[in-house]
Amino acid sequence: MAKITLSNLRHSYYPNPQGPDDYALKEIDLDWEDGGAYALLGPSGCGKSTLLNIISGLLIPSEGRILFDDRDVTKLEPTQRNIAQVFQFPVIYDTMSVFDNLAFPLRNRGAAEADVTRRVHEIAEMLELTDMLKTRAAGLSPDNKQKISMGRGLVRDDVNVVMFDEPLTVIDPHLKWKLRSKLKELHQKVRATMIYVTHDQTEALTFADQVVVMQDGEIVQIGTPVDLFERPAHTFVGHFIGSPGMNLLPCEINGQSASFQGQPITLEGAITKGEGRCEIGIRPEFVALSDKGLAAKVLKVSDVGRHSVVEAMVGETSIKAIVEGETPGQGADVHLAFDPARTRLYRDGWIATEAKQ
Amino acid sequence: MKTQNNRGWFFVLPVLLLVAFNALIPIMTVVNYSVQETFGNNVFFWQGLDWFQQLLNSDRFHAALGRQFLFTGLILVIEIPLGIIIALSMPRQGVWVPVCLVLMALPMLIPWNVVGAMWNIFTLPDIGLLGYLMNHTLGINYDMTQNPLAAWVTIITMDVWHWTSLVVLLSYAGLVSIPDAYYQAAKIDGASNWSVFRYIQLPKMKTVLTIAILLRFMDSFNIYTEPFVLTGGGPGNSTTLLSIDLVKIALGQFDLGPAAAMSLIYFAITLLVSWLFYTLMTKDDAK
Repeated sequence: MAKITLSNLRHSYYPNPQGPDDYALKEIDLDWEDGGAYALLGPSGCGKSTLLNIISGLLIPSEGRILFDDRDVTKLEPTQRNIAQVFQFPVIYDTMSVFDNLAFPLRNRGAAEADVTRRVHEIAEMLELTDMLKTRAAGLSPDNKQKISMGRGLVRDDVNVVMFDEPLTVIDPHLKWKLRSKLKELHQKVRATMIYVTHDQTEALTFADQVVVMQDGEIVQIGTPVDLFERPAHTFVGHFIGSPGMNLLPCEINGQSASFQGQPITLEGAITKGEGRCEIGIRPEFVALSDKGLAAKVLKVSDVGRHSVVEAMVGETSIKAIVEGETPGQGADVHLAFDPARTRLYRDGWIATEAKQ
Repeated sequence: MKTQNNRGWFFVLPVLLLVAFNALIPIMTVVNYSVQETFGNNVFFWQGLDWFQQLLNSDRFHAALGRQFLFTGLILVIEIPLGIIIALSMPRQGVWVPVCLVLMALPMLIPWNVVGAMWNIFTLPDIGLLGYLMNHTLGINYDMTQNPLAAWVTIITMDVWHWTSLVVLLSYAGLVSIPDAYYQAAKIDGASNWSVFRYIQLPKMKTVLTIAILLRFMDSFNIYTEPFVLTGGGPGNSTTLLSIDLVKIALGQFDLGPAAAMSLIYFAITLLVSWLFYTLMTKDDAK
């Protein structure tokens, strides 16, 4: 068990990187607290798997250091780092029984057979694999195979961190939900540091206490699921998390006031100093249909079950609002009201309003 | 009610004809010969199972069969591990992959009688590169026309040179199909190189290795051209394998009946061993 520190980490797959575009990871500084449940969230190709492989030691970073507690492990082999990793596709040893699969990491490290048996039974119990321990692993269903992979990650009780690289990709939707809650439960039982890599926001937000959002090799925000939803630090987070994502409206800034298509918009707080292209960001959840406010024309109404998403046009800009109950018809004229406490300003993508205390 | 449609049989007919002409009819001709005696002129006398009985009690047949199993056993014991080792040490990506593959495929592209002739010349004591080197430079008495051991060493080496590539290519195909995640997982699980081979590479190669062993068994058990060109079965009868002996009986002595009986027994042994091996190898998969 250890605290993991990434310091000035950069990585490029090219031998001689020229510009910042050649880097798969650009300048990462990050602390993972001991025993935390983290999710690493971002679209495909944002560098999250690269970061994971650097922590596990499958990849040596071009620059920077990795510390486990205060020990520098940057150049150490995966075996020496004492970590565990679960891959996207279940990795099982075909010729072995489920028991031998789970015992493999322990036996490789020369654990006493009595300890092996005890640990394997504990883990099998947690993962509900006990009644298949004697069967051969090759013939099992994908979700059971993935449980074995997870089990091999969790079977050693001294690992510094357990990493999951999109582990639910090949699992059927109804089992996904089950495994996800299982994982959360496991974290509470074993209290090991866990890092869960995914591009699925639901997976990230349900699993993690802290979510690290990445884009183009950079970390854009670290926060609790509530933080990311309520107050995205970057328009990317606003857009990537939420369904539908945050509305972004091009705006004019005049001193401390912002206006959208000539209409003044009240923001959450004071605007920070700076230059750049500004946008107003507000989540559809905080846009309401009302008697006064921005005049708009309804373009489309989608009923998504619990509520409806109303897409309305203000001039050339479309704004989405989440509406419960009755919805206006297509082509109707409506007025949109923003919740001022949840209306933020973004400059060049980054948040540019001060939070209300 | 289930409707019966017999039109399907028409689709099977071409294959049936093909199999009839290239397998059933020839083999029935052999069966026909095997129970009769002929002195030419298309005159046949019924012989029953005499030829089979005679053959199964013949020392000559036992000796040839023994040599055949020895040959096949030796080349399998050498070619399979050697093929796996070469496949394991070949690069899995990069510019050298096609180079290695072509070099590996090269021996297999050479016609069999050419292989025999090549090795024959190669080992001649007076002008062959290997023969000269052994006899005149190293001072080892190496002449496969005189010495049975030298003849055996030569046919085994020739077969290893000719056919190990097949095992290499099949094993290699099995190896490259293993996803990287397996190696990474094994690294994280702390597996040794031997464990990686034993629990990841070997199981993943099992199917292709079964095919490789089966092909090498059948081919080497029926081998004819190469040893015939190389040693002609000699010196003496020391390298007279089953097929060479069969041809001697059928065409040299023109004993069609005994030769036909021998063919059938020969065929039965090949079939039986192949079937036994395949059943044993795939037994676990059915579970």
